[in-house]
Amino acid sequence: MECVFGLVGKEFALVVADTSAVHSILVHKSNEDKIMILDSHKLMGASGEAGDRAQFTEYVQKNVALYQFRNGIPLTTKATANYTRGELATALRKNPYQVNVILAGYDQETGPSLYYIDYIATFHKVDKAAFGYGSYFALSMMDRHYRPDMTVEEAVDLVDQCLAEIRSRLVVAPPNFVIKIVDKDGAREYAWRQTVKDAPVPAV
Amino acid sequence: MARYDRAITVFSPDGHLFQVEYALEAVRKGNAVVGVRGSDNVVLGVEKKSTPKLQDSRSVRKIVNLDDHIALACAGLKADARVLVNKARIECQSHKLTVEDPASVEYITRYIAGLQQKYTQSGGVRPFGLSTLIIGFDPYSGVPALYQTDPSGTFSAWKANATGRNSNSIREFLEKNYKETSGQETVKLAIRALLEVVESGGKNIEVAVMTREHGLRQLEEAEIDAIVAEIEAEKAAAEAAKKAPSKET
Repeated sequence: MECVFGLVGKEFALVVADTSAVHSILVHKSNEDKIMILDSHKLMGASGEAGDRAQFTEYVQKNVALYQFRNGIPLTTKATANYTRGELATALRKNPYQVNVILAGYDQETGPSLYYIDYIATFHKVDKAAFGYGSYFALSMMDRHYRPDMTVEEAVDLVDQCLAEIRSRLVVAPPNFVIKIVDKDGAREYAWRQTVKDAPVPAV
Repeated sequence: MARYDRAITVFSPDGHLFQVEYALEAVRKGNAVVGVRGSDNVVLGVEKKSTPKLQDSRSVRKIVNLDDHIALACAGLKADARVLVNKARIECQSHKLTVEDPASVEYITRYIAGLQQKYTQSGGVRPFGLSTLIIGFDPYSGVPALYQTDPSGTFSAWKANATGRNSNSIREFLEKNYKETSGQETVKLAIRALLEVVESGGKNIEVAVMTREHGLRQLEEAEIDAIVAEIEAEKAAAEAAKKAPSKET
């Protein structure tokens, strides 16, 4: 089942997400990217209803871009997080988006940051966060091994430990994960952790 | 006397919409704008009123981005422009949100022209006193484009064009001197065209170049000054060359 988590390290933040598109008992595909690169220095990992997730993250991405065109400067991660929370809060009393968001970003002035925002508009600025069934394992693993001054390598090792725990202890563990990183050089895909590949489509 | 210029939705008996024509007049009084399309870039140049000593010159921007690959400059009422630009920017993002693809230059031009047309046919509004030059690259084919719109809501594609104050003499200049250029040559042609009607010097000119790879880039004042100096030198040399043989004969 779905599994999105992230953490802040030394001068970077990272987000990990499973890449399974599941419907009922079926896995439709196992390379679905659930981490949106919002702008040059922001990542939005999201879990929840697939359609809502796609719609909501794109909507936020477009509004962040619009802000940048209007004002000539990008929105800070903090501002984006508050905007996202606001959108979810307004939607909550009308027609809620079933989306949980982990927002990671890097700002020149404040450095890396991570925000936990769920579909009922809970808002926390945190060092480590997780959503979904995987969160039980990811959170406890991070509680034990997390340090705020982790390097990228150390943090990815910790991520791998989390994934190992999820894969060995969770009945419904997703097979594949993607890791994305944001630091002063921007937001980018860092690595994939795959145990299955989608069957290749035979060439016609 | 019958007043055919009060409600804009009313034609005069000889087929004119006076308010639209007044809007065109506002454009003719506006600052000069030049657009030149090169093979690998597109250039926009605008005439800039010299900023008062105490004003922050950065606060007035005449060439603006609509999207990463589309930019706009306009002649006419600057206050109207803010509204139009805002609507166009929203449409660019909205287009991406609905169909995934970035808007093409033609699409956004048609949208802006459509908006301007609406303001000549609805009640309780007045037309935008604006003529715009829109430049950009097709997001997929990478073909550069230059479009113009006017207050009546018509739009057209160009290789090089001008609007605003003295636009006719600039257009004549462009018609005489336009060649399919690339890189710095395109920038030079745009600045040469502007210099036809503007006091020389980077202080009174604003230039932005768009390339496919790097998007829009506003030229620094020093850069413009260097190009202006180059043009002046060329002009002087041409002048001298013209004079020299005439002396011999």
